[in-house]
Amino acid sequence: MTEFESSPTHIPPDRLRVWSFHPATWILVPLVAILFQVYVPRFLSYLSYLELPLLVTVYFSVMRRQPPAGALTGCLIGLAQDALTHHYLGMYGIVKTLIGYSAASLSLRFDVDNSGLRFLLGCGFFAAHQVLYWALSHSLLGTHDALHVPQTVIAALLNGVVALPLFQVLDRLKSEAR
Amino acid sequence: MDGLFSRYRNMSALLALLAGQLLLLAWQIKSDGDTRLIRVWAVTAVTPIVRGLEVVRVGTGGLAQRWFMAGTLETDNARLRHRTAELDIRNQLLAEQLQQAGRAQALLEFRSQLSSRSLPATILGNAPGVQSGVFFIDRGSPDGVKRGMAVVTGDGIAGQVVAVYPSASLIMLATSQGFAASVTSQKHRTHGLLKGDGSSCHVEGIRNEQALDEGEWFYTSGDDRIFPRGLRVGAVRSVRNGADGKEVEVRPAALDGDVSEVLILLDAVHGQIPDLATPSQPDVQVLPPPPEDTHESAAAAAAAASPAPAGGSSATPQTDADRMKERYKRIVEGQNIQIGVTPYRAPDFNRQPAAAPSGAGAATAVQPPGVQALPGTPPTGSAPAGKAAPSAPKAEPKRTTSAQEQR
Repeated sequence: MTEFESSPTHIPPDRLRVWSFHPATWILVPLVAILFQVYVPRFLSYLSYLELPLLVTVYFSVMRRQPPAGALTGCLIGLAQDALTHHYLGMYGIVKTLIGYSAASLSLRFDVDNSGLRFLLGCGFFAAHQVLYWALSHSLLGTHDALHVPQTVIAALLNGVVALPLFQVLDRLKSEAR
Repeated sequence: MDGLFSRYRNMSALLALLAGQLLLLAWQIKSDGDTRLIRVWAVTAVTPIVRGLEVVRVGTGGLAQRWFMAGTLETDNARLRHRTAELDIRNQLLAEQLQQAGRAQALLEFRSQLSSRSLPATILGNAPGVQSGVFFIDRGSPDGVKRGMAVVTGDGIAGQVVAVYPSASLIMLATSQGFAASVTSQKHRTHGLLKGDGSSCHVEGIRNEQALDEGEWFYTSGDDRIFPRGLRVGAVRSVRNGADGKEVEVRPAALDGDVSEVLILLDAVHGQIPDLATPSQPDVQVLPPPPEDTHESAAAAAAAASPAPAGGSSATPQTDADRMKERYKRIVEGQNIQIGVTPYRAPDFNRQPAAAPSGAGAATAVQPPGVQALPGTPPTGSAPAGKAAPSAPKAEPKRTTSAQEQR
């Protein structure tokens, strides 16, 4: 028994279902999300505020409902993002590991099929992602980058809105785990 | 021990993943080791897909156009509607092509003027991250690109190369956090350090006592050994005194708008910061000198016809004082008197000055067409404008000769 299994949940046991995905989905969806972030903002600059790899991490984590799996998903997607930047490898990895773990932990207590909760997940985890990244940059790398709070709040709302249709599209790819 | 791990299985997995990544980070920071292999794999995997997407994007535009053109229309109304749509699309495509051609032409002209050896590059896409300000370009190490090279456009500095891979490179825009360049202002020659702050740039290291005007232009100073001296940076948008010196905001001119093509300076050569000229006040229009009115022109023509220019500072006298000075000079020259040479003989200024063999052409060059030519002045309309112009340079050696004679 883990520490989470002993915690009270807010959802009935029949809705605490664990979903699985085709192996190709695990690879292609994050890849498409990263490619979107690489290619699309060149033409639509306002879409650069979208953090699709983060939303995909959150989605896979909450659907699997396994914190280690969520952490591993976040770790791999974050490292893939890191590899395409000029930063040190591991910055996005650490942040997304924490996000994946937290999202999976939350999914054990709440009904993540609820649209309102999905919006809050998108908003909250985006804000947490940005704050964590900023804090890690300050503490580990000693950078002095500014955290633009109003910009982050607006981007968090935008990501929350986008999370709703994105999660619905991704729902079509899931199948119930045996 | 096993019981402890199984009890805290989730937390153990999380800690293991975090510890592994922290170790990786620590190793990179401590040994300055670059995980190049992983990055090369990632970039090599992503770049062909992005290039493919670009090809598809360009191809899809042409396909849509062909589809509109190939459609068989049954009624005139439908045909006209399709025709309109087709023309709209073509118009958009042409407008885009024209815009691209204009940008490419401007970049080409700038490149021809640039003394540094440069390499044109196209931006492929963004590096991951929210508003990262880092972009992939289609040039890599086989093209001679190296980390730290300056990236410019025709309007000024755009950024810097931060990573190089075989199939692509990463450039950091001047507005992104972490960017820095040494700059100096054009008018007051105030030195500072340009830094990106995410959306704009600010210049640090300028004391409150130092002079700097709003709208003044900054140029690269070359002190950073990255950007050669003399490249345009941008105009001061706002300046005010602060606790640690002036707070100066600058908007890089190169990033005012869509940046899709850039130049990488492969072999940068320092230039000069131009003197204060048009770029500092781009909105101020300076008109050419006004045309002389009829009376002044006639007087000027008369003055030019009678006295020959001798050592004057300009071929055509601008003021009455100039004309009088020229007239007196010619009178003195006509009487073969050398000023300042003993024995001194006073000239007779009541006499008429000698005829001017030279300089008259220059005077007639500015004569308005409606003015009648006076004796001694070649007729204005007799020679085409293109032929009248060379007479001005010819006046120069003669003026020099007369000045030498005067000495």
